Amino acid sequence: MLRGVRFRDDKDFSGCSIFGMMNASGMRFTGAPMLTAIANMKERSNGLGGGFATYGIYPQYADLYCFHMMYSDEAGKSDCEEFLAANFSIEQAEIIPTSPCEGVGEAPLLWRYFLQPRENPAPACEIQDLDDFVVQAVMHINAVIDGAFAFSSGKNMGVFKGVGFPEDIGRFFRLDEYEGYIWVAHGRFPTNTQAWWGGAHPFNILDWSVVHNGEISSYGINQRHLEMYGYTCTLFTDTEVIAYAVDLLVRRHGLSIEDMASVLAAPLWTDIDRMPPREKELHTALRQTYGSLLLNGPFSVIVSNLSQMIGLTDRIRLRPLVAGRNGDWMYLSSEEAPMHLVDDTLKDTWIPSGGEPIVFQVEDAVAVAQGEEMLSGVAPGG
Amino acid sequence: MKSYIIPQFKVDRDDHRCIRCEVCVRQCANDVHWYDEEEDEVYTSEDKCVGCLRCVTLCPTSALVVRENPTQVPTNANWTREVLTNIYRQAETGGVLLTGMGCDKDYRNYWDHITLDASQVTNPSIDPLREPMELRTYLGAKPDELDTGGRKSKPSLETSISPQLRMETPIMFSAISYGAISYNTCECLARAAAEVGTYYNTGEGGLHRDLYQYGEHTICQVASGRFGVHADYLEVAAALEIKIGQGAKPGIGGHLPGEKVSAEISRTRMIPEGTDALSPAPHHDIYSIEDLAQLIYALKEATHWEKPVSVKIAAVHNSAAIASGMVRAGADIIALDGIRGGTGAAPTMIRDNVGIPVELALAAVDDRLREEGIRNHASVVIAGGIRSSADVVKAIALGADAVYIGTAALVALGCHVCQKCYTGRCNWGIATQDPDLTRRLNPDVGTRRLVNLLTGWSHEIMEILGGMGINAIESLRGNRLRLRGVGLTREELDILGIKHAGA
Repeated sequence: MLRGVRFRDDKDFSGCSIFGMMNASGMRFTGAPMLTAIANMKERSNGLGGGFATYGIYPQYADLYCFHMMYSDEAGKSDCEEFLAANFSIEQAEIIPTSPCEGVGEAPLLWRYFLQPRENPAPACEIQDLDDFVVQAVMHINAVIDGAFAFSSGKNMGVFKGVGFPEDIGRFFRLDEYEGYIWVAHGRFPTNTQAWWGGAHPFNILDWSVVHNGEISSYGINQRHLEMYGYTCTLFTDTEVIAYAVDLLVRRHGLSIEDMASVLAAPLWTDIDRMPPREKELHTALRQTYGSLLLNGPFSVIVSNLSQMIGLTDRIRLRPLVAGRNGDWMYLSSEEAPMHLVDDTLKDTWIPSGGEPIVFQVEDAVAVAQGEEMLSGVAPGG
Repeated sequence: MKSYIIPQFKVDRDDHRCIRCEVCVRQCANDVHWYDEEEDEVYTSEDKCVGCLRCVTLCPTSALVVRENPTQVPTNANWTREVLTNIYRQAETGGVLLTGMGCDKDYRNYWDHITLDASQVTNPSIDPLREPMELRTYLGAKPDELDTGGRKSKPSLETSISPQLRMETPIMFSAISYGAISYNTCECLARAAAEVGTYYNTGEGGLHRDLYQYGEHTICQVASGRFGVHADYLEVAAALEIKIGQGAKPGIGGHLPGEKVSAEISRTRMIPEGTDALSPAPHHDIYSIEDLAQLIYALKEATHWEKPVSVKIAAVHNSAAIASGMVRAGADIIALDGIRGGTGAAPTMIRDNVGIPVELALAAVDDRLREEGIRNHASVVIAGGIRSSADVVKAIALGADAVYIGTAALVALGCHVCQKCYTGRCNWGIATQDPDLTRRLNPDVGTRRLVNLLTGWSHEIMEILGGMGINAIESLRGNRLRLRGVGLTREELDILGIKHAGA
């Protein structure tokens, strides 16, 4: 069950656990502490979806796009590979290694490809900007090619997800064998019992990954607005909408992370009215222009890319988020306990205000993302 | 000529209750009631009764009941009393049948076949009595993207935003001209709009100088007759609206009979006293879309690019394509007026048979503008039959930025929708210029009633939003997932872009 037989609900409804861990110096560490942390919030998931995103895991291919693919059968695989070959030069294609794990049921075919977009692709896609081209390709695969699903498409990063409790999914994908400097994890509690591999989280597009706990009541208009900018929402999840919104605002429109947060969790008009003139003008314009991307309703979310891990809650903070810092180690979590479980020297923890973005930045981000600075080490709880 | 028309109403007077105070006699401008001193008896001429219920409302002893005349014409599905009455009237006058207010025919009212969503369990509803709830709305063109000057640490905005109308609730008062309605009615609308923080629309009758003080809350209309359009008029407005069409009478111009053109109206409209004010059916400088663009830019140029320009059309078959052209021609606001939209005077056959329900036009326009990627280039405002806050919420969820209310506002001022506005003898002092009648509407009281209406509706909108788990109106706008149809066909659901209840 890859794309799944969806129920006819407007979208997926689910509660969740989220956990993020990062080393600001870019030191890479294995997924072991992530499994410990996310397993500690077992109550927040129900075995119907778990997943991880991690950055810095493919330094040898740091300048290539890496597609993680799910196939329901060989036919889907050959259709998709035909499409990939027409549009990309495939530098490497391999099965994603897995180990049988209790609690993880029948998996789709899992493959990964390291890709370079072709200069003269098939006419279905037009190259304007390489990133836009890759987005188009992902949209095409997920919307058009039967039996194929791209669930990760960034550089030097990867998403691993499926149906099961997250710690089981982590073991299934052998995450203790990968080393990354940012890790995020997600455990899912969908209310519609339908469980399908593609619908697990994190959601990823290019380098952006999103794990999210919430239920966005503005989904209908968020999705329609994004469609106007060429994003096709195929997953019917809030997480997908958040990822596209972030991609649009930050990558395509060049907003700062703070301004992006001010769109997704906008300050109240009464607060804007009290701001100094220039700030008031900016925030008024942000709400006027991007009001359709305001995420209304409860959410806490961790958005990550090659250099940052960003935590954000809705503007009236209807879902939990806790942040922590211990030297180079940065944490974001649904609950405080798992942070202490993996890092028993952690003292500096706090609860961000509603709508206040917590931005954890990797130092010397470019070098780290390019895999030029390769530090590996043992993380707390590792 | 003996009239064959069967009176529409029957007036029953309870003689035990009647105290011969003659309130009904003095209140009825149609001379339905008269008092015979010798016999100490009040008599009625029911054929003159329009059913406005002014006498019933003011009778101090509740002695009066006005009801539909129970006299039956022979039962016939096709030759109803209304049909016979129309034919008798035309046989007696040889004229065009006239009427007032919006279409009263039983076309499907889609608002009554749409229900709203609420949050249960998976996300919390929000309590508007305890949490912030934002209805503020900006009308005008929005940019595709903002340039915030890269990722500088200091906040800065490099994109200049087009002129916007800021409103504290997404409800405005529709275009109703001075001439169609009294000065006092105009004053009530202007003052209420200013007090609530929204806008009223002058209609095509110009703006009385004494109302210039409310200019910041006034949308000045430019219609095909150009009545009262001059530099000061354009200058004083918060926004301008080019009126192409009106839902009550798509394809024809406005008619103000000479009897209503008093000295003040003559001065305001810049036409001779007592002359009929007949707007041409089209703008004679707009025979095509590129001509519309010229007028839009002429108005923008004339007002130093400081005001949004709206273009109002009647909802007709190809509204979506027309609206798309209007946006590309530079309109900042698209106003759609549906078949139930009101009027002071319109030919009955036009009012009741031309145009489409605004719900369908709105859904089609919103869809089309999104498909073309230009939805943010203009705001969409709808008019025509909005009766309650629930209608407002449904309209916004279907894709409107705001709504205009006309009939509902007049009802708040006392109108009982008798549909006789065109006679100029409105007993409620609204659609008349007769000084004895116009002074019945006290501007202080009228303003209070309108403010109360908008306040009540705004509170209800907040309650409904809170129930949906939404605390800002922009998260409702175009959010059709929060709507469901009940008893609609597949095709209707497809046009509205909503699912059926249960799905």
